[in-house]
Parts: sequence; C-alpha cells; structure tokens
Amino acid sequence: MTKGLSVQNLTKAFGETRVLDDVSFVIEPGEFVTIVGASGCGKSTLLRILAGLEFSDAGSVTCSSHPIEGPGVERAMVFQDYSLFPWLSVMDNVLFSRRLSTNEDDNLALERGAEEARAQNLLSLIGLSKVKSAYPSQLSGGMRQRVAIARALMSKPAVLLMDEPFGALDAQTREVMQDLVLDVVREEGTTIVFVTHDVEEAIYLGSRVVLMAPYPGRIDSIYDVALPSPRTDDIRLEPKFMELKRRITSRVRETAAASFDGADPSSSS
Amino acid sequence: MVENLFAWDGRMIAMDAGRATKPRELEPAAGSGTPPNRRRPRLWAIRGTLSSKTYAAIAVLGIALPFLLWIGLLSLGAVPKLFMPAPIEVVGRFANWVTNEGFAADLWISVQRVTLGFALSLAIALPLGLLCGTFKPCEAFLEPAFDFVRYMPAVAFVPLMLLWCGIGEASKVSVIFIGTFFQMLLMFADDVRRVPMQQIEAAQTMGATSREILFRVILPSSAPALLTTSRVTLGWAWTYLVVAEMVAANSGIGYAILKAQRFLQTDKIFAGLIVIGLIGLLQDQFMRALRAVLFPYLKGR
Repeated sequence: MTKGLSVQNLTKAFGETRVLDDVSFVIEPGEFVTIVGASGCGKSTLLRILAGLEFSDAGSVTCSSHPIEGPGVERAMVFQDYSLFPWLSVMDNVLFSRRLSTNEDDNLALERGAEEARAQNLLSLIGLSKVKSAYPSQLSGGMRQRVAIARALMSKPAVLLMDEPFGALDAQTREVMQDLVLDVVREEGTTIVFVTHDVEEAIYLGSRVVLMAPYPGRIDSIYDVALPSPRTDDIRLEPKFMELKRRITSRVRETAAASFDGADPSSSS
Repeated sequence: MVENLFAWDGRMIAMDAGRATKPRELEPAAGSGTPPNRRRPRLWAIRGTLSSKTYAAIAVLGIALPFLLWIGLLSLGAVPKLFMPAPIEVVGRFANWVTNEGFAADLWISVQRVTLGFALSLAIALPLGLLCGTFKPCEAFLEPAFDFVRYMPAVAFVPLMLLWCGIGEASKVSVIFIGTFFQMLLMFADDVRRVPMQQIEAAQTMGATSREILFRVILPSSAPALLTTSRVTLGWAWTYLVVAEMVAANSGIGYAILKAQRFLQTDKIFAGLIVIGLIGLLQDQFMRALRAVLFPYLKGR
C-alpha cells in the first residue's frame, strides 16, 4: 500500500470491448506521471476511474490507502474543455469548490479571507490576476485552461488528474502551458497523472511515462525520464530527449499497428 | 498572457538569427492590369452580411409592402370594403373600441388568462423538466406518456374542458395550460440534457452533492435555454387563449374578434389581430431585455 495512488489488476469492459485488461501500477506522492498511447488504449478511462467518475469491473484502486468509491476533493480533475462555468467570473469559478457544503468544515475554510487570499495567489501563479472578474467567454482557450487548473488546485488536492488538458490548444500556447504546469507543481507539490496523445509533451512533463496499448487496453511499458529538472525549453533539443521521443513514438505506432492485425505486440520488441 | 508571448518571441528571433535568411520579396503579379483581390460585399452572398443602413431599409420595405398592397387593393376597388376595410377605418374603429367598447377590460381579462395559464404551466413544468433532464427514472416515467399526450391537439380539449370546468375562467386557463404544459416540459427536459457533461463532472470532482449539482450547475447552466423555451411557449399561450375565447367566453380580445365577425365589423377584426401581434412583439422584446439583464455573460453572443 502506498500513500499515493495504487492500481491493482484493474479490468473494465464496455460491452464486448475490453478497455482495460489487468492494469497495475503505483504512483508515489509528488510524482508526475504521464500516460500516452494510441486511441482506444483506455488511458482516459483509467483516469476517469481514478477520478471516481467511472467504475471498474474487477481489481482495486486506492488513493492514500483508501479505496476510491466515487469522486472526492482529494482527487481534482482538469478536463480538455467546456468544464468552466460560463455564468461565473474567473474568481467565482476558482472559488466554486469552497462554496460547497462538503468542503465547509475543511481546515482551509476557517476564514473567509484565507480562501480569497488563496484564490488570489493561485490566479497570480497562473498569471491571470488581472482578469479575475472576467467571464470565461471573454478569455482565450489557453487562459480558460489556466482557470480550470487554478480551480482544480483550490482545495489543495493530493492528486491532480489531467485528461488531455491542452489537446484543444495551438502548439505555441501548449508549450507555454506545459511550463506553467511545471511551475505550479513545483509550488504546490501535487501528485499529477497527466493523459496526453502527444509523446513530446509526455516526456517534457513526466518523471515517468506510462505507455498503454490498445485492444485490449493495457500497460505496454513504462519509461523513466532521466532528464534534469527543472526542465527548460532547450531540453527538447537534447539528444537524450530526442532519442527517448523516437523510441516511445515508434513503440506507440507498433502497438497501434499490432492491434489492427490482432497480433500480440509484446513479442515484437 | 504578455510575459509568455515575449518568451516565445524571443525564441523566434533566435531561430531567425540562426538561419539568417531574408524573406524574398514577392514578385509583382504578371501583367500590371491584374485587379486587386478585393471585392465589394455582394448582396446575395451565402451567409453574407449587410450594413445596418441597408438592413434597416430592407426591413422597412418588408413592413411597408403589405400595407401598400392593402391600400393598393382598396384604391383599385378590387375588394369590397365589407371584407377589407381601409387602414384609417381600422384606426378609427380601434379608437372607438378603446373609448366606448371597453378595450381595456378585454385586454386586461385576456392578459390575466394568459398569465395565469402560462404561470401555472411554468410552475409545474420547470421542476419536472429539471428532474426529467437529470434523472433517468423521471424521464422514463413521464416522457413517453407526455409524448403521447402532446400529439392531442389542445383545441380538441375545449369541449371537454367546458364540460368539466363550465364556461368560467377555469376552462380558458386549462386550455392554455394543456396547450403549453406538455410541450414545455419536454423542451425544458431537452434544455437540461444539453448541459455539458464536463461541467457536471467537474462539480462532482470538486465534491458537489447531487442537490448542489442540480441547483448550482444544471439550473444556472441551462437557464438561458430555459428562458428561450419560455419565450416560445408564451407565444403559444396567446394562440390557445384566442382559441379558448372564441369558443367559450363573453369577454377578452378573442371574444371581441368573434363578436365583430357576427356583426360584420371587419375593421374590428383587423384591429384585434394587429393588437395581438403588437402584444407578442412587446413580450418578445421584454424577454430579450430580461435575457440581457439575467445573463450578462452572454453579451455579444
């Protein structure tokens, strides 16, 4: 049992399709783990099970040694898009979780002023303190995702689950957002599970990259990213980085191709 | 945003310096007579735009044309005056209706009936619609049954309502209720179902209870759509009011129109119709203003 996240022999099917087949792994507290894989590998389903939005058919999932039986404030989630509340200002979006009955007796809620101050801090951390009274519709896609991150961090979750959070952003904004996430993690010390289809993003952000294979969805391989942190943009051009990217990318392709032939991809590498 | 843009710009400059190529100047287009790639906006462009001046001019034309046609037909003597009165006669009759024939009372009773029928319908359809759009068992229990009832024309309920409620106010209000309630509930449920799942799940991961999700996410998220549905069904309420008043009433605008027909007062029929149109227009403007006040975050959309 770990203080972080633990997944043991997880299996899930949607009808005839097995989206997760005997998946097991452990994520230690404070780790930044990224999950990549071809579409259909079950990476999003796995994340949703960790969030408590979806349930497995067999196996166990625990967070800080407690079984996950539904959504909980200690496991916040950032979605790809459309999750902000358009009728609330940026500030009220960030404060939303603090206005819910379940969170009222938290230690954080001792003083009204303390919450506002924390929201203010988070907004400056993501560089949006100037637009705190704007509505989400007045912001760009990148800014909206920053608000979603601040909102998710508001209640100091132990784990932050991110489901392709930058998938809808353009390449430049995406790189800016990646550095922002690294800054936030350094500041908050949150454990992060980050699902993406972008291999470069996975290596740049993660201390470990989990590669999943489709049909049935399972863990194919896990890569330790032995690159110095804090990461800076130049790292993308280093031979070690590019070599790892090449290896993971070709492995993703192999697993995707193998799933078309019905062959067992684990025998090829 | 700004500080990050600078960072990115910095990299772009560095890359350019490394390559040190100057963008080649574009060659001039072959033949100096080539027209510039610019075109005046076409009137009939697909999904085109109009200047506000042109738009207003065309709108005035659209409103004025029926009146011109009306006057034209009369002055040609193509239609007997008995069937089509002159605009001036309609205005005169309307003035008479206001001063001598109790227009205010007619309007007041009609507005009362619509308001009552519509409010009753809204008060029941809104909570049920929220429940149907949120909880599957509610949907299964109500929607198939209501789908069946809504295809029964409300007008066909008039005789039944007369038998059950007599010729008092209850029969008119119930016809308006039947005409709006079933559609309203199904449309409200659809509005609620269109709330993005991501908003609901985001609230769940933040620890919201079902009750909080219903009142703090689903209701505010669907509110603009619910208001639009209300606006549309309010229009229907007026239709069923006139139906109810024509069949069984001795007051109201619908009754006035029917009585005018008995006495061959075509000008009063015209006046009644125009009044109903104007009321609808006013209501619509009011609902639009309400939308702007209630949902400031939708500005410009």
